[in-house]
Amino acid sequence: MPKPEEVKYTKTHEWVHLGAEAAVGISDHAQHEMGDVVFVELPKVGQKLEKEKPCAVVESVKSAFDIYSPVSGEVTAVNEAVTIDPALLNQAPLEGGWLFKMKPSNPAEGETLMDWAAYQEFVKQAAH
Amino acid sequence: MPTATTIRRTALNETMRKYGGKMVDFHGWELPIQFAGILKEHEAVRKSAGIFDVSHMGQVFVTGADAFTLLQKTNANDLRKATPGKGVYSHVTNPNAGLVDDIIAFCLASDRYLVIVNAATSTKDYEWFKSQAGRMRVKIENKSEDYSMIAIQGPSVPKMFETFAPEALKLPRFGIVEKDIRGEHCYVSRTGYTGEDGFEITAPHSMINQLWEDMMELGKPCGIVPCGLGARDTLRLESGYLLYGQDVDDFHTTYESGYGWVVSLDKGDFTGREILVRQKAEGVKRRLTGLTLTGGVPRPGCKIFMDGKQVGELASATYSPTLKKGIGVGYITPPDLKPGAPLEVEIHGKRVKAEVARVPFHKGTAFNKGIGA
Repeated sequence: MPKPEEVKYTKTHEWVHLGAEAAVGISDHAQHEMGDVVFVELPKVGQKLEKEKPCAVVESVKSAFDIYSPVSGEVTAVNEAVTIDPALLNQAPLEGGWLFKMKPSNPAEGETLMDWAAYQEFVKQAAH
Repeated sequence: MPTATTIRRTALNETMRKYGGKMVDFHGWELPIQFAGILKEHEAVRKSAGIFDVSHMGQVFVTGADAFTLLQKTNANDLRKATPGKGVYSHVTNPNAGLVDDIIAFCLASDRYLVIVNAATSTKDYEWFKSQAGRMRVKIENKSEDYSMIAIQGPSVPKMFETFAPEALKLPRFGIVEKDIRGEHCYVSRTGYTGEDGFEITAPHSMINQLWEDMMELGKPCGIVPCGLGARDTLRLESGYLLYGQDVDDFHTTYESGYGWVVSLDKGDFTGREILVRQKAEGVKRRLTGLTLTGGVPRPGCKIFMDGKQVGELASATYSPTLKKGIGVGYITPPDLKPGAPLEVEIHGKRVKAEVARVPFHKGTAFNKGIGA
């Protein structure tokens, strides 16, 4: 599973590990802000996702959060483990807590995403 | 009343930050929503001990020869149950039998009462009591600005108090004792909003931070943790306690809220009594009803359906850390659904299976008989 520096980030705090099959999850910053995750609703395998459109829901004790697809493409796998144990999103957002994998339909879309340094700066700016 | 631009801080603000509290604006008060995490805090209170800053709560003192008369007139519950050293949970009713507030009235002496009121309603309650006092020989003082309040809750809390306040250990549920702590006059009551045994201490601001540290020190052996509003809400909802402004308000009656035991019709006249007499005879048209969900997390405002027809909406709802599923309460018509009756709740546009459940959803140690005996 990827290290924080190996993935790209969205402004809505998802990460995507780009490749022929791209894994998607939420950033460590996101899980920290959400608090204890208690429920996850994932897309279905075969579902077509559009960049920046809602595709999953993560619920913490306090609130619900929409998850937006970082790129467009088709869902190839979902992480059932997080629906059984949603706390995985808090414990290991980049490892056991990945949400789904997808086959990107437009690789160019990945280039608009932030790298680790840019994302850290983005989070820092947002805090002010 | 605070305006939208002024945020009020409790005397414990710095201490809350020091302990890692994630501060939020709660109806104009800056309070911690959580510290280590809602689930951890919730579990600590259910299994050992947690401590809360509840300084936003208000204190109204009612004193004088007619103090009892005023409270008896303005409350649905029978204040005769509050003998000196005891309190009673009650609903302050308006002429339509709606709730001005839900309160605890403590009898300190036969002519001296301490009324613990909700934060957002303290001024309203004070004005209401004054308007109802007429020519009664009574002094009504809103001392909400003068006091802080700490709640120490959980099954390990009595043990913590063995050395600190042995007199408080003898208190029954809703008992109260006046006690000097660190040289200041304080009120220690066996009450809380979590469903667990424990105490609430009303104390002056001057020593409240030190008192918090004392409690943290005393609670060290049982692993006491600071708790925020998040856990306070999950704990109270599991216990079936009402949240004023969300579950009850000026327009819902005590019978409708499912708290019929609070109404004492045979105590004599009180505000709104006629309406309650009629509601008791005719039955209510809607009732605050508990439900549990099979999946998903319900939130306030979610619509409730039965047989495909909307029958109400959720007033309070959350994930229950103890039951590990969604729970909620909402006003439902018809009002007399039996536990197990199938319902649906709409979450993010989808209907999720639910069923009517008994409230409280969970009975913690506060529900044990013989506390303090």
